[in-house]
Parts: sequence; C-alpha cells; structure tokens
Amino acid sequence: MSVGSAEVVIHVEDLAKHYRVADKQPGVVGTLRHFVRRKHRLIEAVRGVSFDIARGEMVGFLGPNGAGKTTTLKMLTGLVHPTSGEATVSGFVPFRRDADFLRQITLVMGQKQQLVWDLPALDSLRINAAVYDVPKAEAERRVGELAEMLTISDILTQPVRKLSLGQRMKAELLAALLHRPTVVFLDEPTLGLDVNAQTAVRAFLRDYNERYGATILLTSHYMADITALCERVLLVHDGRLVYDGDLAAMVARVAPHREVEVELEQPLPAEQLAALGEIERVDGCVVRWLVPHGALTRTVAQIMQTLPVRDLRVTDPPIEEIIGRVFSEPAPGAKA
Amino acid sequence: MSRRRPPLLRLVGLFWSTSVAAEMEYRTDFALAVLNSGFGLLTTLFGLSLVFGDGPSFAGWTWHQAMAVVGVFTILEGFTRAVLEPNLGQIVRHVQQGTLDFVLLKPVSAQLWLSTRGLSPWGFPDVALGVGLTVWAALRAGAGAADLALALVPLAAAVVTLYSLWFVLATTSIWFVKIYNVTQVLRTLVEAGRYPVSVYPFGHRMFFTFVVPVAFLTTVPAETLVGRGSWAWIAASVGLAAALALAARAFFRFALRFYTSASS
Repeated sequence: MSVGSAEVVIHVEDLAKHYRVADKQPGVVGTLRHFVRRKHRLIEAVRGVSFDIARGEMVGFLGPNGAGKTTTLKMLTGLVHPTSGEATVSGFVPFRRDADFLRQITLVMGQKQQLVWDLPALDSLRINAAVYDVPKAEAERRVGELAEMLTISDILTQPVRKLSLGQRMKAELLAALLHRPTVVFLDEPTLGLDVNAQTAVRAFLRDYNERYGATILLTSHYMADITALCERVLLVHDGRLVYDGDLAAMVARVAPHREVEVELEQPLPAEQLAALGEIERVDGCVVRWLVPHGALTRTVAQIMQTLPVRDLRVTDPPIEEIIGRVFSEPAPGAKA
Repeated sequence: MSRRRPPLLRLVGLFWSTSVAAEMEYRTDFALAVLNSGFGLLTTLFGLSLVFGDGPSFAGWTWHQAMAVVGVFTILEGFTRAVLEPNLGQIVRHVQQGTLDFVLLKPVSAQLWLSTRGLSPWGFPDVALGVGLTVWAALRAGAGAADLALALVPLAAAVVTLYSLWFVLATTSIWFVKIYNVTQVLRTLVEAGRYPVSVYPFGHRMFFTFVVPVAFLTTVPAETLVGRGSWAWIAASVGLAAALALAARAFFRFALRFYTSASS
C-alpha cells in the first residue's frame, strides 16, 4: 500500500534475512551423528519484504509464529544485520546503530524486561533518563505524565518483582517511552495480560500516538490489539509479505458477508426465511443469515418489518478466521 | 552531527548506586562475603608459609615480597568479584535471554554498559584486604612511597589486562552461547597468580608470561612494589594492556555483526 504524499518514516525494500541453523535428528544415533558431522540448514526468515510507513501511522504486523515478524522488527531496530535489501528508519540505516537513531526509536518486547527486578521502577527510569540525556526536571515531568496516562503513579516506588504482570508491562512501556521516541516498535506488548490490562495498554498506545504523532509498528497475537489500533496491516507468511493494506478492506474482500443472527418469537417455515437471504443455519427460533456488506441495512430492515423478532445481532466472522483465509490463498495483488 | 553523549561518570555512578542498592536487598550475603574473603586469604597465606618453611626465601623471593604478590592477587580477586563477574558474567545471560537487545538499543556504548552496569559490594572485602596486605607487605619488604606510587601503573595495567581477557571470552558467547566454562578456565589459570611466577618451572613460566599473561597480572606489579621491577617490564605490561583493550573492543564490534538475538 502506498503511503501517498505523507512523509515516509520507515522504508523497507526487498529486505531479507537468512540464518544458518544446526539440523539434528532425535535419538542417540542422531546425537552422535550431529557430534561427528554437523549438518546445517538455511532458514529464510524474511524473504524480500518491501513496504513504506508514513509518520504517525499505526500499522499492525501479523503472521503466524515463525513468519518473520520479529526478525523484521529486529532488522528495523538495528539489532540484526539484514542478509540483503534495504531498510531506513527516520533516514537512518538501523544496523549502523547511530546514537541519534537510537534516541528516536524504542522496542517494547512483551516477553523481555529491562527494568531491574529487585528495585523500584523509578530507579531504572533514572538510569534511562541519564542514558538518553533527559534533564532531571524534564524526566520527572515525563514520568509523571506517562505514569498518569498508564495509571501507575502509585506503584513506581515498589520493587518491580512485587508488581503484577499488567503493572510491570505498563512500567516497561514507561521505561521504553521516557525518551519520547518518534518511532515505536512493539513486539507482543499485551502478551499474557488479562483483558482489562490489554484494554488499558491499547488505550495508552492510541493516546501516545495521538499526543506525540509517533509512528507505531505493532506485532500481536491478539487480533483485538490490531483491530482496536491499526487501520493498516502487513501480513507476513513464511517470510513473505502476503498483504499490505487496509484492515477493513481486507476483511471486506476475504469475508464479503456479515452474519445476521435473529431470535424469533416462534419458528417459521424455511421458505419464508430463505426469501430474505442466504441462510447459514436454522436452530429452532434462532436463524443465521449470511448477508453481503452492501445489502446489510436493507436486509436488517426487512427482517425487522416482516418477522416477529425477539433479538437481533450483526457480527463479523472472527478475524483469526479471516487471516487464515488470506494465508491459505494469497490475495490478488499480494507482494511476493 | 552527533549530540553530546551523557556524562559517563554520572552514568556509571548511577549504574553502581542502583546496582549496590539491588545487592543490599540481600544483607546476609555481605557477612558471607567477608567470611569468604578472610578464609580465602588465610588459606593462601598458609600455602605460602608451607613453601617458605625451608628458609627465609624461595625462588629469589622473601616472605614479605611473596606476600605482596598475594596482596595484588587478592585485589584482582576483589575486582573480579565486584566488577567482572556481575558485568561480564551477565553477558552470557543477556545473549541467552535476548536482553542484550535492550543494551544494544541504548544510545551509549554497549561495551561501556556491559562492563559497568553492575557492581557487587561483595568484592569490596577482598579489595580492602588485598590493599591492606599489599601495602603492609611492601613496607615490611623495604618499599618506599615512590615504589608504592610507581606500582600503581602496572597494577592499573593488570586490571585492564584481566578485564580485556574476560571481555573477549564473554564476547564469544555471541557465537557459542554457553561459555560459562571458558571464563571458569580463565579464573582457574589466573589462580596461578597467587604466587610469584618464578616459583614455577620454566615451561609454566613461559606459558604464564606469553600465553595467559598471569605474570603481568600479579608478579610485575608486586616486583615494582618491592623495588625489584624494571622499566622494561612496566612498559611491557602497559603495552600489553593497551593492545588487549583495543583487541577486545575490535573483537566485540566484530562479534556484534553475528548477533542474531534470542528468538521470542
């Protein structure tokens, strides 16, 4: 998807990363063979991925485990050298790890922590402020502001080991954003959090994006993160980019129907129900139709006018199912 | 244009104060560290007294001169425990758990961070005992203030040399991941520095001078301290330290190209 005339902050072109990994068969014989003659295999974690992201965009990075999401994030943050291709972030080549580049970005990893386990988060925040050269008064102001946005003002003086997982993740976010990065990479930021904490983290990220115009690239297994935050998604599968575009457009194309479920006052003849649209299922008084997006309003109005309706619900197929369909049949116009 | 880097001293001060604060959460460890240092020192001195049992000198070293070697060794043990272990010992863990990512994402030298982020107060008793023993033994061996001051040069070189050797070995964890054993081998070899290198047979002396430079870690500083040193050896120890420090830095930069970051 083109980012139009907006300023491109992340530019990726034909980016690839190949790893050489040891390949060992199980069992004693496999172990001995592996010891004597080591076999290696080339893993193509990322294969020629290209995309641009504009300033202020929030983009979801989706794909099954091992699809190459995290490797791409690590190349964009300068942690891993690409095998080939080109990547620039805010005009910098990430793997050169220029100090000015590192001041502009951050990487939040849901399953790794940077806060010192035995000390209150405030101690780690003091270190981060010094590392990023944030003056003391300004650092205190930012800590206050971010802690308020994250609703963790009262727990910053407790040892990190005493915090709940949700509180710790919020404190990790605070530590990662204290230097006010303009490009934020998030790798599974809500992993393992309960529903309330997930919602709070999402609300915070949206708020941060709006307040500071930060560009955000986010990977998550929780589709709710993506649907709540991102209009645009990048789908990777087996190291390739299989879809880059609008989330709603993808849903409309891959899943052109919405589900209309109605609970009737009493069961009705099948032919009367079929006249209103394609029936997916009838179960006593409960009827479910598959209705094309364009016909939704008309069909719902007809149902309400002609049938004795007790309850009516309109739902989308689960997004996981939609993504699954995209992976099984690469979309037209997909980039290989 | 690169912006001003944060004042390093302030940063290292912060690193150390938070690190000591974290260690102080565990109070009994301090008492154990003091006991451990005292017991270790007594064991070494007992071994030395056995060596000197036959007369006032051994391999050209008097009792007090040899004690100065033990003192320098104890200082380096303290430095290892206070600085090298809590920092370079963590590099392996950083690589295994993928937290090296956080270090590499900071706009400060990754080597500085990895080398100074931690400080364990449990090495302080060794440093204090070592300094006390070294100064006492040197004075008893007839050293003057000038000898003490001059000995600081090869001692500083010894600290840099020991650090550089550890850092190179710890850096190899980027490829091999599990290298606890390698640093353990280095620690065992450095143990040879408890005694003047001239007490060992010729082959060992060559090994401890040119392969694993234990002679430069303890013998050269102690020799300078007790007035037996030579400018050539002092210059060699400074040259070795500088060469190893530069090599360690270059090696770390090279190794980072191969860092693949632990998978999530």
